[in-house]
Amino acid sequence: MTAVFSIFLLTLLVITALGIVRTRNLFVAVMLLGIFSLLIAINFFILDAADVALTEAAVGAGISTVLFLGALALTSERERLGTRHRWLSLAVVASATLVVLYATFDKPRFGDPNAPVHQHVAPWYLEKTPEYIDIPNVVTAVLGSFRGYDTLGEVFVVFTAGIGVLFLLSARRHGAAHRPPGERDPSGIGLREHVIPRVVGRLLVPFILLFGLYVQFHGEYGPGGGFQAGALIAAAFILYALVEGEDRTLAAVPQSWLNALMVGGALLYGAVGLAGIALGSNFLDYSVLAANPVAGQQLGIILIEAGVGMTVTGTLLSIFHAFAARDRA
Amino acid sequence: MTGLNAHLPALQVVVPLLIAPLLILLRPRGLAWAAATAASAMAFAIAVQMTVGVLDGQEYRYALGGWSAPYGIELLVDSFSALLLLIVTGASTLALLAGKASLDSEIEPRRQPLFYSAWLLALAGLAGILVAADAFNIFVFMEISSLASYVLVAGGPDRRALPAVFKYLLMGTIGATFYLIGVGLVYMMTGTLNLADMELRIHEVADQKPILVAAGFITVGLALKAAVFPLHVWLPNAYTYAPHAVSAFFAACATKVALYVLLRFDFVVFQQNLTGHEEQFAAYLMPLAVLAILFGSAVALFESNLKRLLAYSSVAQIGYILLGASLLSIGGVSASLLHMFNHALAKGALFLAVMAIATRYSQLDLQHLAGAAKRMPWTFSALVVAGLSLIGVPGTAGFISKWYLVAAALEEGVLGMALVAVIVVGSLMAVVYIWRIVEAAWFAPADKSADDPGGSVREAPAAMLAILWLAALANVYFGIATGLPRELATAAAISLMGHLP
Repeated sequence: MTAVFSIFLLTLLVITALGIVRTRNLFVAVMLLGIFSLLIAINFFILDAADVALTEAAVGAGISTVLFLGALALTSERERLGTRHRWLSLAVVASATLVVLYATFDKPRFGDPNAPVHQHVAPWYLEKTPEYIDIPNVVTAVLGSFRGYDTLGEVFVVFTAGIGVLFLLSARRHGAAHRPPGERDPSGIGLREHVIPRVVGRLLVPFILLFGLYVQFHGEYGPGGGFQAGALIAAAFILYALVEGEDRTLAAVPQSWLNALMVGGALLYGAVGLAGIALGSNFLDYSVLAANPVAGQQLGIILIEAGVGMTVTGTLLSIFHAFAARDRA
Repeated sequence: MTGLNAHLPALQVVVPLLIAPLLILLRPRGLAWAAATAASAMAFAIAVQMTVGVLDGQEYRYALGGWSAPYGIELLVDSFSALLLLIVTGASTLALLAGKASLDSEIEPRRQPLFYSAWLLALAGLAGILVAADAFNIFVFMEISSLASYVLVAGGPDRRALPAVFKYLLMGTIGATFYLIGVGLVYMMTGTLNLADMELRIHEVADQKPILVAAGFITVGLALKAAVFPLHVWLPNAYTYAPHAVSAFFAACATKVALYVLLRFDFVVFQQNLTGHEEQFAAYLMPLAVLAILFGSAVALFESNLKRLLAYSSVAQIGYILLGASLLSIGGVSASLLHMFNHALAKGALFLAVMAIATRYSQLDLQHLAGAAKRMPWTFSALVVAGLSLIGVPGTAGFISKWYLVAAALEEGVLGMALVAVIVVGSLMAVVYIWRIVEAAWFAPADKSADDPGGSVREAPAAMLAILWLAALANVYFGIATGLPRELATAAAISLMGHLP
């Protein structure tokens, strides 16, 4: 039954992808991209990858859609026809697809317990996590500790994206006139004049925030962690900005705080790593953080997840504001 | 320092990585350049320290988080990574030291902390790739370095950088995605991400379809990142329209890091396990290398923009590096690695000279530079020294690597003679395109253009000139005292070739 449902979803995925490529209306393409992400998220969920599903849903379907819309507001809704390399692109995509299909001929049977991925490091993670780290969610143990250096790298990927957008969008802004405080432009006040979205939106914000905090702090026990939580918390503020206007959001959480979050999270993660060296072990070894190595691991994971959440929240909101501010300028 | 010695592989990455966010908080903002330069110099010092260790026969292995491989992530610094670390951290430090005046004129003070932060992230990303011993970890740091590179290339005032960087971004993303698909397929069949572990475990499943496809995806993806002909189309414009200091940094090292991953992955994981892989490796890459040399040099012959001319020359030089590797002999591979080092010296110095010229001339077309050498003799003399090294004139670094390349090619018999002919033709074309610069700058009558109404153009700033000459003289120094890079390259080649069946 699951297989049938998977095939149905994957067919929808292909149709959506074709729709994204075919449409000339960029607004439609962005909406379809959101659907695409949601379909992938459901697929991940069916494959029991709840953590990845949550991330894909929050980032792919949620935040990136908002960011794409923010970018669309700066340009036009229609795609300019002038794709010179259509046939080349088509050839690359078609051959890559065929080659990947060819590769699947020898792949281990789906769900085969004897497949190499289930025989080598994965059993070790499952067996040793209770002993070394003692948290129920092995995914968090792998991401936070066993492969914590990759996660540090991912946080810096997010951070790099953030400063990249801030840097590029801060160019040539000085020509734009500063609006006097009394005067409101329509995009800055969001949907404040529309009663229904405003009431419903305002009602949702605290619940999204609460859920974000739950996902942040429950990462050791269930699906979740800093990446998902950061995306959810940022989504709550973005929703607030959409219904109440960007200026009120910036008044509540100014850009300087967002910068501090972005930088602070990355530095917190790095500092936890350096603490390992200072306490006589290796970089990112959390077991020396407390007298009991297991408690040290747990403390380390809580701290780095907090760092991840801070950087992701700060970065996503900064990128959103950068696009929105550019829009008004 | 002894206590920290064991941590050097991690610190090599962590120092620039963690100073990058600090730059944003730093006040006053003018300190950002100084802090970035200090961090880069510290990274260079760490690379030197590890090179000394590697030359003593030490191999740095580091288990991050205390988790041993293959369960945790491992870092590894051997002679191959040490050679490239020297190039990357050295290029970054020299470009920053020389580039202050140039970057000050190209980037407003308000935006400088973000720019220098991106610079350090690019440096940390490249260093992270070089110390990684884990296929996925390489991908993570490739992402950091790529994203930061896009930001840096787009950072200049030239609006034409934006379409160039968009193309760079698309091609780079396709390259990284291909690499990731390949790593995913290998993981599916082996269950491991650690390269050394992969080498052992891939043996049982080698020659199965997913592994063959993975080898293809990884090679094509990295070749895209390395701008191997014909996948080089993103490179010329990206280098041309980037801020000048960024061009100097990247021209010296960025594509070489992708070549490093390509060679390391291929030699360590694939060569000994896939049947007939070494013949295929040579059969596909050698013609591409030859075409890259001939095509890149030929385009450079007719290019009139100085930066684009040098960028096409880089396409050709990547060909030389690949040619050596495709010979699959210790001599060939060590010539290839040596050429990575020597080309970094020559091209880095040339782009530093371009940066110096650009402080006085806003147009870098050869006709605008007519007679410029009379106004800026020091700058153009350094450019000529670096140019001689690029051509491969005896007494310069470029000669050494081409000499070893020719020697290695001659071992191949008749095919080798043809390859030597290609190398000679490529070098003659280099003579011509460097001569075109010299001819315009030294012998053409001075151009009374808008840049230079009263003939009042002065020499470049002294600090910039000093660094430029340091780089130019390094080309001469390493042309005579070839010990250090040759020793590293030979040791690395022996270790890589040791993986062959």
